[in-house]
Amino acid sequence: MSNLATTRRAKKKSYGPYGKLGQTLGELDDRIGIAKGGRTFLDKIFPDHWSFMLGEIALYSFVILLATGVYLTLYYIPSSAIVTYHGSYAPLVGQKVTQAFASTVDLSFKYRAGLLMRQMHHWACDIFVGAIVVHMARVFFTGAFRKPRELNWTIGATLLILAIVNGFLGYSLPDDLVSGTGIRIAYSIILSIPLVGTYLGFWVFGGNFPGTAIIPRFFILHVLIVPAIIVTLVTVHMVLLVRQKHTQFPGEGRTEKNVVGAPMFPVFMAKTTGFLFIVSGFTALLGAFAQINPIWQFGPYDAARISYAVQPDWYMGFLDGALRIWPAWSFHSFGHTIPLEVTIPAVILPGLIFNLVFLWPALERRFTGDHALHNLLDRPSDRPKRTAAGASIFALLAILFIASSTDVIANFFHVSLETVLWSMRILTFVVPFVTYPITYKICKEMQGTKGAGKRKTANVVTRTDEGEYIATPAPAYVDDQSHELAPVPVPTFITTAETETDDSGVRIVER
Amino acid sequence: MSDAHEHRTPVTLNGLSEDDPHLQPAARHPETVERAIAVSLALGLVLTALFGYCFWVNAKPWTLGATMGGGLTFIGFGLVAWGKYLMPRGPFVEERHTLANSEHDRDAFAAAIIERGGGVMKRRKMLGGLLGGGLGVFSIVALFPLLRSLGPMPKGTLFHTDWRKGTFAVDQSGRRVHVDDLTIGSIVTVFPEGTQNSDRGQAVDQTVLIRLSNENFVTQKGRENWAPMGYVAYSKLCTHLGCPVGLYEQQLEMLVCPCHQSMFNVTNGAIPNFGPAPRPLPQLPLYIDASGYIRSQRDYDQPVGPGFWERS
Repeated sequence: MSNLATTRRAKKKSYGPYGKLGQTLGELDDRIGIAKGGRTFLDKIFPDHWSFMLGEIALYSFVILLATGVYLTLYYIPSSAIVTYHGSYAPLVGQKVTQAFASTVDLSFKYRAGLLMRQMHHWACDIFVGAIVVHMARVFFTGAFRKPRELNWTIGATLLILAIVNGFLGYSLPDDLVSGTGIRIAYSIILSIPLVGTYLGFWVFGGNFPGTAIIPRFFILHVLIVPAIIVTLVTVHMVLLVRQKHTQFPGEGRTEKNVVGAPMFPVFMAKTTGFLFIVSGFTALLGAFAQINPIWQFGPYDAARISYAVQPDWYMGFLDGALRIWPAWSFHSFGHTIPLEVTIPAVILPGLIFNLVFLWPALERRFTGDHALHNLLDRPSDRPKRTAAGASIFALLAILFIASSTDVIANFFHVSLETVLWSMRILTFVVPFVTYPITYKICKEMQGTKGAGKRKTANVVTRTDEGEYIATPAPAYVDDQSHELAPVPVPTFITTAETETDDSGVRIVER
Repeated sequence: MSDAHEHRTPVTLNGLSEDDPHLQPAARHPETVERAIAVSLALGLVLTALFGYCFWVNAKPWTLGATMGGGLTFIGFGLVAWGKYLMPRGPFVEERHTLANSEHDRDAFAAAIIERGGGVMKRRKMLGGLLGGGLGVFSIVALFPLLRSLGPMPKGTLFHTDWRKGTFAVDQSGRRVHVDDLTIGSIVTVFPEGTQNSDRGQAVDQTVLIRLSNENFVTQKGRENWAPMGYVAYSKLCTHLGCPVGLYEQQLEMLVCPCHQSMFNVTNGAIPNFGPAPRPLPQLPLYIDASGYIRSQRDYDQPVGPGFWERS
């Protein structure tokens, strides 16, 4: 017994001062040399600001999409083959449906947690695209896209397009009445492209609409090809973020040449992992309590049937709205048709918007002549022109989004569809042009206001013996723990009373 | 100020004392926060375990989501609060190192590509040309068949439907439509007999048949005998984006597309009088045969559905 204990003690001692883990890390370092790089990674500083979480929401909702998506692929059958439905949803029993539709209903009702996973997947998708948009807005309005981060801006914009495309593909897979109509519209939009539209349409759909190729094709794009590109680009996005280090808002001790915040380990890691749990938790709660896309109520797709007052997922709204309000101007000449009533709102308009997004950093460099490296963020009010331009674009997109429910608005407010349509047409042109000067003016006003955006101290109101009230600003609270200290480098070690150090303050580790 | 100065210098120092303010929790009352975090994490633990139980007994879907979502959220709140309030408050700083390399390194890099690689190419121009040509041809040859094999050429398929001379109009169940079937003001979706269950029949041939009150109904000039007994037929594909024009406003005698609200005037050759649709719905010429069945005189006189380049 004592012999064993002695051996244990001896063994423990042989591990060195950091025990078994230290020993393992040493072995690993012998082989792949991780100690220095690993330490640098753990010391990496992350600046703290609520708006920096927006990108994290996007990342974590993508993690949820991958996890729930894997579950769905276990039961979903990507086939247009016709089967007779015999599942547990009584109103559909006996109907001829595609296998894609039947398997989606089955995975919702037949398999444990299937419905929850499906609803979480759909909610996570809506959150994913939303978080990307809001994250991009943050990056735009604070000027985080400026040199040296233009490449990451481009990758981010590409990710937004991929997210929208993959959202649409996934939305189409259940082959229900609503999504089938969406595919029909997508096919017609492809057809509207001059010169090559019909060929593209036939190649994408394997022939004339609908055909049987589209479900398996959309499936492989949705679960493999597009996600693989997204994963790759997200990885590059993160690697660039680590290499270029995060931007930060100006503040005490913060310069273009440093990063001030919390270290990766353990502070940032705790916060960000916790945030992953919170995002997942909220998505699960949405999946539990907020019904989304109940395809069994819509029924299977049938090209000759249609539902009323149906909207696509929110990120397609601006396209749908643009299609609704653009006038019926078709071009016919020289024996050819260019369906401008479709091409302009559904192909050219998104093309212009995304090109503007991609080109913005270059345009801004050109017009401001600013080619310097920027690591400190702008306050939006410091750049009134940029902020006003961004606000205008968002205003345009918002109006187009609202225009995607002209019929619902007309019914709700008991006005004629014509009134709603013309209002939307006018607003589309007016609102962006009104938004610009208003935003610009607000920014200018904020610039001129002293202390705008800074934390204010309380006013202390005192009453004199004569009954006069006097308000004086309170001094900063001396013991206020939220008062920021001057930043220090992450300590290599933490000294306690027992720690031995040499004269220069370097710790002596006993081996 | 002297205090701040003291904290900015310790770049040479390797350690911080345990009682350094940077290493203290941000919370003013750490014990209270710790208790709150403990409650949150405990709730997370319980709910997560409950999720396992609900899954095991196959409880209702919302209980799975509620327990899992609640559990994850509580764990998350606990962890975030721990990091935010109880871990070293900092702030800490690290230097940014310029990513740009020296002029010398840049030149060396560019020279490696241009002089070393370019030199190789310059010496063997013919080989370079052949290699480039081969790769270029391969990429075109490889890409085109790949694209091409995705689907057939459109050819004339978009110009025709399956309506022919004398084709019976049938409803979705395949029953031929008789002249007595529809009351005035009624509407039914019809297909060319035999296609009612096919993809193409439903997607391309779908046609709305409406019975109007006017027996000698003429929608447009040159269509005098197209609508016998007030039976008028239009392609059901919206000329905007191909959605089925599935709503019929009986009193206005308008077909409405639910997708983007185009409205087509049924009494006037289905000319769109509202919304984004650019063309009237093509009209199918009908006749009533000796037994009283509704049949088509011939195919539509133009392509149905949305516009495309080859359409004249």
